Amino acid sequence: MGLTAESVGLGAAGVRREKNSGADRVIALAGNPNVGKSTVFNALTGMNQHTGNWPGKTVATAQGIHRRMGLAYSIVDLPGTYSLLAHSAEEEVARDFLCFGGADAVIVVCDATCLERNLNLVLQTLEITPHAVVCVNLCDEAEKKGIRLDLGALEAELGVPVVGTSARSERGLDELMNAVEGVCGTASSLSVPVRYPAKVEEAAAELEEAIKPCAAGRVSTRWLALRLLEMDGAEPLRETLREHLGEDIFSHPALEGARKKLEDAGMGREALRDRMVSCIVLRAEALCRAAVLRPAGNQEWQRRLDRILTSRLTGIPVMLALLCGVLWLTITGANIPSSLLSRGLFWVQDRLTDLFHFLGAPEWLHGLIVLGAYRVLAWVVAVMLPPMAIFFPLFTLLEDFGYLPRVAFNLDHCFKKAHACGKQSLSMCMGFGCNAAGVVGCRIIDSPRERLIAILTNNFVPCNGRFPTLIAVISMFFAVSGPMQSAVSALLLTGVILLGIALTFLVSRLLSATVLGGMPSSFTLELPPYRRPQVGRVIVRSLFDRTLFVLARAAAVAAPAGLLLWGMANITVGDVSLLAHCAAFLDPFARLLGLDGVILIAFILGFPANEIVIPIILMAYLSTGTLVDYGSLASLKALLVQNGWTWVTAVSVMLLCLMHWPCSTTCLTIRKETGSLKWTAAAILIPTGIGMLLCFLFSGAMRLLGLVP
Amino acid sequence: MTTVMTNLQEGQLARVVSILATGSMRRRLLDLGLIEGTPVECIQKSPAGDPIAFAVRGATIALRSEDSSDILVTPV
Repeated sequence: MGLTAESVGLGAAGVRREKNSGADRVIALAGNPNVGKSTVFNALTGMNQHTGNWPGKTVATAQGIHRRMGLAYSIVDLPGTYSLLAHSAEEEVARDFLCFGGADAVIVVCDATCLERNLNLVLQTLEITPHAVVCVNLCDEAEKKGIRLDLGALEAELGVPVVGTSARSERGLDELMNAVEGVCGTASSLSVPVRYPAKVEEAAAELEEAIKPCAAGRVSTRWLALRLLEMDGAEPLRETLREHLGEDIFSHPALEGARKKLEDAGMGREALRDRMVSCIVLRAEALCRAAVLRPAGNQEWQRRLDRILTSRLTGIPVMLALLCGVLWLTITGANIPSSLLSRGLFWVQDRLTDLFHFLGAPEWLHGLIVLGAYRVLAWVVAVMLPPMAIFFPLFTLLEDFGYLPRVAFNLDHCFKKAHACGKQSLSMCMGFGCNAAGVVGCRIIDSPRERLIAILTNNFVPCNGRFPTLIAVISMFFAVSGPMQSAVSALLLTGVILLGIALTFLVSRLLSATVLGGMPSSFTLELPPYRRPQVGRVIVRSLFDRTLFVLARAAAVAAPAGLLLWGMANITVGDVSLLAHCAAFLDPFARLLGLDGVILIAFILGFPANEIVIPIILMAYLSTGTLVDYGSLASLKALLVQNGWTWVTAVSVMLLCLMHWPCSTTCLTIRKETGSLKWTAAAILIPTGIGMLLCFLFSGAMRLLGLVP
Repeated sequence: MTTVMTNLQEGQLARVVSILATGSMRRRLLDLGLIEGTPVECIQKSPAGDPIAFAVRGATIALRSEDSSDILVTPV
């Protein structure tokens, strides 16, 4: 749930080609996913980061500056990959940067608890560049598991520095950067990290001689010769090479002869690839046998935990209980601070009013600034801040613990039935925080068809901007008063979320059966080991990175929206305010949906940020009604009921809140991620259509049954 | 006795005999270290019985039945 300016698309406008201006050295950071690569990155660069796109590619790489002993190191965080043999856009970006990005050195981050698998990437990287440092991260975790590592032995075998780190506690980073400085600019020749079968070596050596004139000095000729032998020329690498070498090396005359020799030796392209990968895997295995000592049976508690969290009997119930528990904690915990905040902020409003009157300011200015901008802002802060400050850290704790991939594991079967990818659950989880982040998160899905499905359906997960609306409506209209109140609210909210999830499956299946036809594709899902979350860090990080960021965004929208709204409520055309005109215009249609014109207008004006929907509704009603106590839900409910709300209105509002157009940021992000206006329109129309249809059917049915007037 | 990886029971150990998958899935499986002779263990079936999580070279990897049925293994 990486919620940063980049992940929600705010960086879109500012994406620039990184020129590394002012940096003395450029260091690439490579590594498998889930090895703490971004922790290393954050520890090295601190807050000194920005994002940029590697030219011509859509996959963003984060960049940051690390200063040390008078030198500025530009650290480029490459996408996490298992391999550089390019099955995906991420692998291409990582490989192209390592080959042609002009980095002075590369740090390959490895997971100390799972070194063997990680060495695959290390060995492949060393074939490309000798200016590498292996960073064996998570040493603290390995220690806890009783895994003993002989990094010296590994270093001797690999021929490049190997440094152990625990980036979360910033251990070993100084040694790491020392080693990096050591490999920068040295004329060390390329080692041969992996030996292939004699026939392959022979063919590669011959080809290497032939291509040296055009490739030497720009890219490792051994690596290039090996790739030329195993690739069929249809890969994007051909274009990249043409760009950087100035000629189409795949049509080199020596290539055909070298390939022919291998084929005569019984090694077609497929067989050759297999042999090469096997050699790398076996080399990694041998390296680990010499350098890693694993105690037997050390993973017992992990397995036991998995049996509880993912088994047939308990997997799904535990998952639902966790969801409900998190929501319950959020609602219960947010109650008191929310009402304290709103009392405090509205006390300030009264003092502001006093001040304006004391200064003799004109009434319209007081209205615009205090009753407009300030009041909506105060509402957003009071309603949004407490649930976010509780929900985000709780969610980050689960994420840190390693639970989210287990959700994907539990739900994958449903996604397979819907002809979608199981990793879609992960982007949905991100959607709980922010749908724009969820849409960006869909990059983890390799198949373009399945990625598009995940993007189009992400909005069915209510984001943090919509939770407060749902919670407020549930608490006002459905929760019994008393000690069970938050428990009932949490259960109902869980129900709403489950409806969203059910619709995600349904719409995914419908899309697969129609415009996005196709069968589910293959994928592998890694279940990383559970880790003890770092509670203190998680709270600080999620408060600053996520809560404050989302709040700032909401506030930036809320204040101007308040201005606009107050204006609309107070500028009259023929005795009726603009707001009333608009509401009256939408009213007949809104009534069909079980709503009223004001509610529909609030959703429309809430396009920049869903957080302001309820404040707008209240404000619009307030221009005709009165509100005695801003802090109490009972008086809010009274105001709504005065304006004709029934429990059917409340349900319809929740349905529309769950299913309507994505907010403006999300729409921009979808446009950026899909590169298509057509799909952006689909992402708006699908949830809006379904939401309105369900509202219409539900309120219509209730009217027919005579349950409401 | 050779079987496909899908048929392993929870806790059962086996060795990879060969990978039948082709194309990018084949490379992905090979990259994860699933080559001939690699020891694997069936760790955990998901609530619906599919996908299944396997221990492969120190990592835990979940595979859908379509994919794990493309991997031939001999239980040990």
